[in-house]
Amino acid sequence: MPALAGLWCVVGFFATGVVAIVSGRRPAGTPLVYGATLILCLGALVLGLLHLLSGAAATSARLPLGLPWIGAHFRLDALAAFFLVVVNLGGALASLCALGYGRHEPAPLRVLPYYPVFVGAMNLVILADDAFVFLASWEFMSLASWAIVVAHHREPANVRAGYIYLVMASFGTLSLLLAFGALAGPAGEYSFAAMRAAPPAPTLAVIASVLALIGAGSKAGIVPLHVWLPLAHPAAPSHVSALLSGVMTKIGVYGLMRVLFDLVGVPTPWIGLVVLAIGGITAAVGVLYALMQHDLKRLLAYHTVENIGIIFIGLGLALAFRADGIGWAAALALTAALFHVFNHSVFKSLLFFGAGAVLTATNESDMERLGGLIHRMPHTAFAFLIGCMAISALPPLNGFVSEWLTFQAILVSPQLPQWGLKLVVPAAGALLALSAALAAACFVKAFGVTFLGRARTGAARSAREVDGWQRSAMFILAAICVLAGVLPGFVIDTLAPVTSALVGEAMPPQAFLPWLSIVPITASRSSYNGLLILAFLAGSATVTAMIIHRFATRATRRSDAWDCGFPLAAPSTQYTGSSFAMPIRRVFGGSVFYVRESLDMPKPGEMRAGHFHVRVFDPAWRALYGPLARAVLHTAGTLNRLQFLTIRRYLTLVFGGLILLLVVVAAWR
Amino acid sequence: MALILEFAGQAVQTVLVVAIAPLILGITRKVKARVLRRIGPPVLQTYFDIWKLMHKEMVLAHNASWIYRVAPYLVFAVTWVAAALVPTYCTDLLFSWSADLIVIVALMGTARFALALAGMDVGTAFGGIGSSREMMIASLAEPAMLLIVFTLALVAGTTQLSAIAALFTNTPVGLRVSLGLALLALICVAIAENARIPIDNPATHLELTMVHEAMVLEYSGRHLAMIEAAAAVKLVLYFSLIACLFVPFGMATEERSLSALAVGLLAYLAKMTVLAALLPIGEASVAKMRVFRYPIFLGSAFAAAALAVFLLFVSRGF
Repeated sequence: MPALAGLWCVVGFFATGVVAIVSGRRPAGTPLVYGATLILCLGALVLGLLHLLSGAAATSARLPLGLPWIGAHFRLDALAAFFLVVVNLGGALASLCALGYGRHEPAPLRVLPYYPVFVGAMNLVILADDAFVFLASWEFMSLASWAIVVAHHREPANVRAGYIYLVMASFGTLSLLLAFGALAGPAGEYSFAAMRAAPPAPTLAVIASVLALIGAGSKAGIVPLHVWLPLAHPAAPSHVSALLSGVMTKIGVYGLMRVLFDLVGVPTPWIGLVVLAIGGITAAVGVLYALMQHDLKRLLAYHTVENIGIIFIGLGLALAFRADGIGWAAALALTAALFHVFNHSVFKSLLFFGAGAVLTATNESDMERLGGLIHRMPHTAFAFLIGCMAISALPPLNGFVSEWLTFQAILVSPQLPQWGLKLVVPAAGALLALSAALAAACFVKAFGVTFLGRARTGAARSAREVDGWQRSAMFILAAICVLAGVLPGFVIDTLAPVTSALVGEAMPPQAFLPWLSIVPITASRSSYNGLLILAFLAGSATVTAMIIHRFATRATRRSDAWDCGFPLAAPSTQYTGSSFAMPIRRVFGGSVFYVRESLDMPKPGEMRAGHFHVRVFDPAWRALYGPLARAVLHTAGTLNRLQFLTIRRYLTLVFGGLILLLVVVAAWR
Repeated sequence: MALILEFAGQAVQTVLVVAIAPLILGITRKVKARVLRRIGPPVLQTYFDIWKLMHKEMVLAHNASWIYRVAPYLVFAVTWVAAALVPTYCTDLLFSWSADLIVIVALMGTARFALALAGMDVGTAFGGIGSSREMMIASLAEPAMLLIVFTLALVAGTTQLSAIAALFTNTPVGLRVSLGLALLALICVAIAENARIPIDNPATHLELTMVHEAMVLEYSGRHLAMIEAAAAVKLVLYFSLIACLFVPFGMATEERSLSALAVGLLAYLAKMTVLAALLPIGEASVAKMRVFRYPIFLGSAFAAAALAVFLLFVSRGF
């Protein structure tokens, strides 16, 4: 029973958490916990992969746990198996990285017990097959990750991040709870099997879909529910940041897919339109904000928002195509979204491990205080560069393939009958193109300012390469980025059982096409061959280098930088992250950002230094959360007076309330 | 035997784009000079320049990393591969299906990424300014370019360049508003991507106005030769793109006789020459823009391409 085997893994994760409480203080505790988590993740990874590759039927299990008249249902189907692969691949490599990174943890007991529990809870969410188990493990996942986010609680920023995360997570769970309530119907059938058997009425389906979009979307980080994410993800230790950003946001995607594709039946195409529009806006806004950050981990966290947007564009298209009965196009869009889910979990983990390595080596994650690390940490720099290129959707790496598939799905959208969709789809395509180009700018900035140029501080100047565990985790992920990019056909074929389970069709088999190309629709329409492109690049670069070395002189001299004749020795004359982003800040500043720039110039003759301040505010705070928080505070302040009444007034109030209720009841009858 | 011939067809195109690239750049320089009432360098001067640079001693900054040394080769290789995959004289070459138009746009992104990193590698202010502005221009030009791709894909029903060219050659597509707008947008994007006036000035010596030149300011010797060659190939790539998408006439499509191929080749060279002459005439008639006016220029390209896409969504007849 594969579903039961998955549950044994979850039991193993929880048991590791208990072991960590006991052994966390000892020096052997850290490798023990991370090693055990690594092995368990590998087990669950193999389980999911075998299920996907064998194309086995879904298996379920029922345990006599939880509410006595319901029990706890678990199920392993193709969708769950795919997300098991994503979660446990990320989990396994995060554990591998943590075998080295975790040794630098000042307070291991604040991280170790929660870490395996967090991974286990994510697995449990995926295996859950009724609303109770799903919500309970969802909440478990949120709380375990919250505990790690506030692990370094002596920094006030982390405590604030934890608080906001907790509020947003509770709000999301509440939304999901209501969504499942709407799905369960009057009979109160909370098992997913019953929901699947009796899809709700159209109105209820729309309500449930919107609630699930809010609930799962807040976990995934859609705009404007993304505000907790760039605060909470960087606050955790880096291997956990990788899990939060690369993997837990995917659980949000999973929750949404479970409801929209599996439980509500086939909703109207307008749900697809909403998801698509949210996806487009999320992608563009996410990357624009990522560009404005100068903290490496925060930049990466904001960039997750962009990738979630790309995934949502694919999902929205798949929903619209499915509702209109164009199965092959739905399969294409869904494959693109799932491929991007996988890709993002890989390269975002890689980049967070890289940020963790930088943090280990320099104790610094502010880019403006780094620089020149490629000389001190060549291996980390190389792996990080692969990650940057993959996430910027550059061929021949994996990020490009999923974006290419998304573009192909967008290009079949004239087949859709609805006018609204016909107009929104190209707009989403333009936003996707914009975010792809801005992502490249963002990662030129991230890599260029952190790893290239000259060291800006002593910490960066004396950095040392990190240990083998962290490097091997990064190199494995970089290898996956390359492999999935040049051999995408195998990944697409592995996703086929998921798409055929969710939309009824799958993309045509790709793996053994001539030259290993991928052909999403027909050969005359579009095709891409990552392997050949890589071979061409390698071939032409080799030929060029050979010609140059044959015919050109080899005379080389090392000298100071030229810099138009005025090289300045101070590293502070280099371009910084903020100055790199300045043109884009100016271009989009008026419409998307709320930017405050202030210049404090000394008057002629004054001997003090000038100052230039830039503050970029997320408009979600100003437009949505600020007023909301003020309204809550105002209401609370007004109601506060009720605490200080005399006993006569309280009695009058209670009496008045009673009368009112009686009148209401009488009127109701 | 057939496979060998097909290989030869692809190889001819691969060599052709690199071989004529300095010549095309030479023609633009010559025409530009004539338009400005100068005599100008010989048409073959670009070849001599590249040869000269290859034999100059290379000066590397002390803290240049391997990225700085690899980038010129990578940029050249990527540009070359992209240019070799755009149909020039003949459609359906052996490897034409390995990359569609989206891939070619993205390959240019790879080259730009490498060059922007190289600009930041030495850690000088000018390198940073160039990289930053280049990425800003790209972030405005790339969406416009992809909307152009959408327009063409909606008209032709494919993103394969070869299939689009064959379709436009063999079936009367007619004069379409959407294609006109797409051409306008593509010209704007090509000007921006190739660092030509009014976006950038390839002959500038004023540091503060430099974009592309600022990025490669530190390069010298054989590295600079590679970068100059890559810039020439990139110009040919965009000319080929315009020729293949909007004036594909003369290209050998179904018939593969020697005469058809020769006609295709001659037509291609003629188109390149005409485009190489038109570009500097256009350049000489406008002034370079200030940096923060680029969004207006590229935004209008974006708007034109977006209008084309929306028109096509409204009716396939536009």
